[in-house]
Formats: sequence, C-alpha cells, structure tokens
Amino acid sequence: MPDSSENAHGAALAAHEQHPSYLRHHFNSVEQQADASNFAMWLFLLTEVMFFGGLFTAYLVYRNWYYPAFVSGSHQLNVVWGATNTVVLIFSSFTMAMGVWCAQTRRRRGLVLCLTLTFILGLSFLGIKTIEYREKIEKHHVPGFHYSLQSFLDPQSDPEVYAEYHDKPLAPDMARHTELYFSLYFLMTGMHALHMIIGIAILGFMILRARAGTYTAGHVTFVENFGLYWHFVDIIWIYLFALLYLISRH
Amino acid sequence: MNGHSEHARHIVGPGVYLVILFALLLGTALTVWASYVDLGLWNPVIALAIATTKAVLVVLFFMHVWYSSKLTKLTIFSGIFMFLVLISMTLADYISRAWGSW
Repeated sequence: MPDSSENAHGAALAAHEQHPSYLRHHFNSVEQQADASNFAMWLFLLTEVMFFGGLFTAYLVYRNWYYPAFVSGSHQLNVVWGATNTVVLIFSSFTMAMGVWCAQTRRRRGLVLCLTLTFILGLSFLGIKTIEYREKIEKHHVPGFHYSLQSFLDPQSDPEVYAEYHDKPLAPDMARHTELYFSLYFLMTGMHALHMIIGIAILGFMILRARAGTYTAGHVTFVENFGLYWHFVDIIWIYLFALLYLISRH
Repeated sequence: MNGHSEHARHIVGPGVYLVILFALLLGTALTVWASYVDLGLWNPVIALAIATTKAVLVVLFFMHVWYSSKLTKLTIFSGIFMFLVLISMTLADYISRAWGSW
C-alpha cells in the first residue's frame, strides 16, 4: 500500500513537471483552459451588450418621440471630431489585434510597441472627446441648472451650426427635450469613455508586464481576452457614432 | 504546440488584420458621405447597416470568432439574438402606440 501511494504521488509530481506552470490543475490541457477563459470573456461581453443595449433602446425610443429636438440636438455635434475619433479607435483596434498576434508568435518588442500604440491612440480618443465636451460646457448644453435652450429657440444665435444646417426655431415645449438628447449623449458617450479609461489603465499595466516578457512565453490568454474587450468598446463607438452624429445629419 | 493540430488555436496574421483595417476605414468614409445625402427614411437604415457590417467584421476577424469553436459562435449568436428580440419588441410597442394619430 505505501508503495502504490508513493507511486501515485511520484506520478502526480511527474505530471506536474510535464505541464506548463500556467496550466491550472482543474483543466486537462492548455487548450481547454484557453477555451474556457475565452468563453467566459464572451459571456461578460454579452452582459455588456445588454447594458449598452438598454441605453441604445432608450435613445431610439426618445428619438422617436421627440424627433425634432433630437435632430436639432444632433446638429450640435461636430461630425469631423466624431469621424476622427472613429478612425482613431479603428486604428487602435488594429494595433491591439497586432499585439495579440505578436503575443501568440512570441515577439516581445512587437507586443510592447503594439500595446504602447494602442495606449496612445486610446488617450488620443479621450483627448478629442474632452474637446467636444468642453464645447458643450461652454455652450451650456450640459443638462442641469445651467442648461440653455438658446441654440434651439433662436438657431441664428449659434452662427456656426446655423450656417451648416439652417435649423428652424423649435417651439419651447419641444426645445426643452433637447436636454433629454444631451442627457443621453453624455450618458452613452460617458459610459463608453469610462470603458476606455478602464481599458487604458489595464493597457498600462500590460505594457509593464509585456516588457518583462510575461505574455511572450506561451501564455497569451490575458492579452487575447483584453483584445476582445478593446474591440468590443470599438464596436460600441461605431454604433454611437452612427446614432448620435450621423443619422440626423442631412 | 503538442501535436494535435485540430485543437491548436488558430493564429490570425497581419494580412487579415490589414484587410479588415482598410475595410473599416472604407466603411467609415462611406457612412460619413452617406449621412450628407438626403435619403429620407433610408438615412438611419443605411447608417445602421454600415455600422452593423463594420461590427460584424470586427467580431469575426479582430475578435477571431470566424475561427472559434461552435460553442462560442452559438453563444454569441444567442446573446445577440436575445438582444434583438428585446429591442424589437420594445420598439414595436413604442412605434405602434400612437399609430395613425400622427
């Protein structure tokens, strides 16, 4: 009896030495472990779909109800900034995807470069968003006590926007619903920006670990799953850009 | 890595990523251009169709779903389908509530 238990112990030790250190004991293989964590990441992203989906639904319902207010509100957004930010995010998704490839093919310097570029592009996005938010603050288009209806009751008082769209003045009871448009604008872009900030913070942490070679020794699950998160945030922006900036443009 | 190629994770290379990058940039240019053309009711439809095309490209290739297991594909599809059921039922209600009175 002592013999067989000793043997079993020896076999367990041998098995332990055979598998890579990052394989947890409750998984049979590295592939199974990677599939499981990948699957879990997708489940998390689906809950995020439902979360942002609620915001999108609220936006569509209110846009349907207060259509003129939402069109005038949308005309206050700058399509050039919005499009620039879309391009910035698409490039950041590309550099992130390249980062995943570098990790998978064990290119440490390439990975650090890709993560750093993604980090910089993420910060650029937030910088442009700040310029846009500042303009809303200056025009008193942030919902609350200081909210101003002037751009909507008297469009000609807002010459830049008037020159482009020639909006007709809204009736006061419709004009006040532009505040709802901006509430949803700040809620949706703000939640998106929060996701970006969290992503950028994690990227900073990953750059440090990537420099130490953590992700280029065969265990790339963390980089892959973060890539999924980053691409998801990109997708949310693709829809925000279409819904907030574009569909009331013509 | 350890011989069974059927389970080895598919590595998507820079070539695919570059093609998708250009497709996404093209889609962005297209949707901005389309938003300035007055197509009436079709403007939001086209904007959302282009956005969805871009999103599908990101999901399939940047997020590797094209190469992933049936379980992952089915789960993602079910999740999106559930979301579409919820949003279409809600919108059907709100849009039809005042039917004919406008």
